[in-house]
Amino acid sequence: MQDLTDLYQSVILDHNRRPRNRGKLPTANRVAHGDNPSCGDQCTVYLRLDGDRIGDISFEGSGCAISQASASLMTLNLKGKTAPEAETIYAGVHELVTTGKVDEDNLSDLAALAGVHQFPARIKCATLGWHAALNALKGDPITATTETHKD
Amino acid sequence: MNPPWPNVRADFPVLHQQVNGKPLVYLDNGATSQKPRSVIDALVRYYERDNSNVHRGLHTLSMRATDAYEGARTRIANFINAADPAEIIFTRGTTESINLVARSWGHAHLKPGDVVLTTEFEHHSNLVPWQQAAKASGATLKYVPLLGADGEGGLDLAALDKLLTPQVKLFAFTHISNTLGTINPVAELCRKARAVGAVTVIDAAQSIGHIPLDVRQIGCDFLAFSGHKMCGPTGIGVLYGRRDLLDQLAPDETGGGMVVNVSYEQATWKPSPERFEAGTPNVADAIALGAACNYLDALGRDQIAAHDTALVKVAMEKLSALPGIRIIGPRVGAERSGLVSFAFANVHAHDVVTFADEDGVALRGGHHCNQPLMRKLGLTSTTRASFYLYNTEEEIDRLVASLQRIQKFFAG
Ligand SMILES: Cc1ncc(COP(=O)(O)O)c(C=O)c1O
Repeated sequence: MQDLTDLYQSVILDHNRRPRNRGKLPTANRVAHGDNPSCGDQCTVYLRLDGDRIGDISFEGSGCAISQASASLMTLNLKGKTAPEAETIYAGVHELVTTGKVDEDNLSDLAALAGVHQFPARIKCATLGWHAALNALKGDPITATTETHKD
Repeated sequence: MNPPWPNVRADFPVLHQQVNGKPLVYLDNGATSQKPRSVIDALVRYYERDNSNVHRGLHTLSMRATDAYEGARTRIANFINAADPAEIIFTRGTTESINLVARSWGHAHLKPGDVVLTTEFEHHSNLVPWQQAAKASGATLKYVPLLGADGEGGLDLAALDKLLTPQVKLFAFTHISNTLGTINPVAELCRKARAVGAVTVIDAAQSIGHIPLDVRQIGCDFLAFSGHKMCGPTGIGVLYGRRDLLDQLAPDETGGGMVVNVSYEQATWKPSPERFEAGTPNVADAIALGAACNYLDALGRDQIAAHDTALVKVAMEKLSALPGIRIIGPRVGAERSGLVSFAFANVHAHDVVTFADEDGVALRGGHHCNQPLMRKLGLTSTTRASFYLYNTEEEIDRLVASLQRIQKFFAG
């Protein structure tokens, strides 16, 4: 087994203890919910699209440190972005949590999620909030579940 | 608090391994128990010596397999003190057993205006089948409440008395809660249900391998359990049903082995148990389940229950001393089965399980197939430690030490 400190890096612990942009967003004009049926984790993402950019974004939900920290980091990284930019960032995150490969230019603090790839059972935790955000961006009212989406 | 049988751990090959460099501490017995050598040997012996189809062949191996399969049925009837081996139907497990009753009995007996009663702390497998049966029939599903903010008060018996009206056609409840550790007063519940003419279904998944169980003393109509939680193999379980009820019941699945006479137009059914066992049954695992009954009775089920109780008493005392822990189910000192579910305010159950695994300690984290109960208690998940006959007090100390390390890590 890999060392757990790879998974629970200080950035993760910090975001788990003090999640950023947590709570409902009163001005949201998009919302989407994600469920992970196998473990009961949940995440709701609220965002406000100003034109084609994410003006503000927040999340609510419950889950392990990995899922909470990943959602918190997500809000910081998606604010101000367009939908295609968000897709590109998520593609990098997906690569990161499944292979551990860090794209230094684009990922910044998200690199803290690199340890997840050594714990395949936790990949779904790390991607739950992102699926909800991408669905919210699509204006998709349906519930995202990690069972029906590719990680 | 060591097991009262000398060398009992030597019977379980899987226990003797290192996990992440530490000796395995297996505390996920609520999910599935480990298997003793005698059960593994029964499987191997069957496949090496007797493997054949049952009830069909007249050759020696087929007769041997049939004798062993039917012998297992008799052994299990005897294990739960059923009046007749024909009351033992082999299934895949608790889930399939409950579904069989929900579909066959539900289809024949439920209609709009009827009430199906269950409790607020059922496993999904004793809840969703009744939702489906109610939807299919137009009957209403009602829940007997659980008392206490932490579910510590058990079933609300006063509410049950109000809910048990003549409209109630069936009452399904768990014997032991897999999440709370609550032990239901099953004989009393059956008595009350019978007084209004309701049929009773007991989910015995968590009790069967842990405490003495006598279906006639309990007075239930149906009872379901899984082999894999009582030292038996996966893929085999039992539905016990009272003979007179089974004889009136239509089969849920049809095909070979369960028919008497078949024409191009129609077919007639054999009596129970064959009526409910269409197709080639799970012969090997049924025989091994018989071996599991022998194993448990050789140790003594009252002694197993006493050991569970002793372990959980120590665990409750030590766990309740941890700062910030919330234990659900019966309080310290109150009667409970050999499992404890708990939550920490600042560490999620999945993180607990991941860290405990690094220490070689196998726990379960999540909603335990009990989502509505979790919601009722204001939780999304808990961590569960569940004990069995081979666990020791030293293993509880390893659990506590691991939890202390986790708390320290997340406190930063
Ligand atoms: C109380 C209870 N009921 C039902 C089940 C379902 O058993 P199985 O999955 O073997 O069908 C379980 C097992 O998890 C259980 O603990």
